[in-house]
Amino acid sequence: MSIHEALLELADDHLVLGHRIGEWCGHAPMLEEDLAMPNMALDLIGSARTLYDHAGKLEGKGQSEDDLAYLRGEREYRNCLLVERPNEDFAHTMLRSLYFAAFMRPFWLKTLETSGDETVRGVAGKAEKEMAYHIRHAGEWVIRLGDGTEESAARMRDAVAALHIYTDELFESSPAAHEAEAAGMLPVRAEMRDAWDEVIGQVFAEAMLEAPDVPYPQTGGRKGLHGEGLGHLLAEMQSLHRAHPGATW
Amino acid sequence: MSDAARAWDAAAAVPDPEVPCVNVAELGILRDVRLEDGVAVARVTPTYSGCPATLAIELAIEAALRDAGFDARIERVLTPPWTTDWITDTGREKLRAYGIAPPEESGGKATLFGAAQVTCPRCGSRETERLSEFGSTACKAQYRCLSCLEPFDYFKCI
Repeated sequence: MSIHEALLELADDHLVLGHRIGEWCGHAPMLEEDLAMPNMALDLIGSARTLYDHAGKLEGKGQSEDDLAYLRGEREYRNCLLVERPNEDFAHTMLRSLYFAAFMRPFWLKTLETSGDETVRGVAGKAEKEMAYHIRHAGEWVIRLGDGTEESAARMRDAVAALHIYTDELFESSPAAHEAEAAGMLPVRAEMRDAWDEVIGQVFAEAMLEAPDVPYPQTGGRKGLHGEGLGHLLAEMQSLHRAHPGATW
Repeated sequence: MSDAARAWDAAAAVPDPEVPCVNVAELGILRDVRLEDGVAVARVTPTYSGCPATLAIELAIEAALRDAGFDARIERVLTPPWTTDWITDTGREKLRAYGIAPPEESGGKATLFGAAQVTCPRCGSRETERLSEFGSTACKAQYRCLSCLEPFDYFKCI
């Protein structure tokens, strides 16, 4: 176990969610959303790039951001399960982004305050503000759909039932994350609970949604145990680089 | 003019590829240009994490320095992160004249919910509404003026 793996977990979260959101490009229900989706995806992929680059340098084995993104298999990916969940409908997509951004914003704010790693603080300073935009955008959609028509409200409730079981994993620290926390590089994940609850509670109250009790949270992503969807996502994302190693634009 | 000043002027004149009405100095992303053993080192800060123009901007600055007769190198600086507070007053005026509303509040003070009040760059009305948080580039949002009814871009405040 090593400290750079904690950065890989973060980078994988951002790349996988960025890729998922990017799948909407050209398919979103209206022009504004078709622009918003790649915008949000770019924010996430931009953070992922710096985190991969930094992780590769800390590991010290000469792995570039491309090596880490394109040449690791499904079991080597360390993203949480939430971010790899399929897009389904707009209710699922927006709720997934809200859950993630409502966690990342306090996480990055705390990183800015406490991290001793300058590169990680640089990512945090930028991403904290971008996550505020993601929370607002996704939150407004969750409210609009949850407090919308019978159909949209039912879809929003389905999304909560499908995705809430994956949220506990956000607050769990792996052994690598514990190491990064002890070294003062990253904040303790569990400490983001109150800030997350506040944002989700505020949005759910307006959206007329209820957060369900989750007796059996779904976890395993940090150990490389993923759902079926991640393999398909990586196959698409990595095929070009694997067929033409080192290809550049 | 000293070499250092000449290098700064050459680098600073590079326009932003997506918002060409302002140059990189007015946008506040060109931090400084130093001469190190005869090499002009330009330090540049990206606007957004995933701004696709970052590389194009860096290449353009490097090319401008070479055209001015310098060996050039670019350093990407992440901390402290760029905020819209770094856009100069001249830059803000040029954005407005170009039809893009400049950022209205200080980047650090944005509230989580509740929209900023944005002034229409064409007619100056405060009666505007947000169409989308996200616009044609990572740095812009889409607004509409309720007085003159024109849609316009707003340079997002971060």
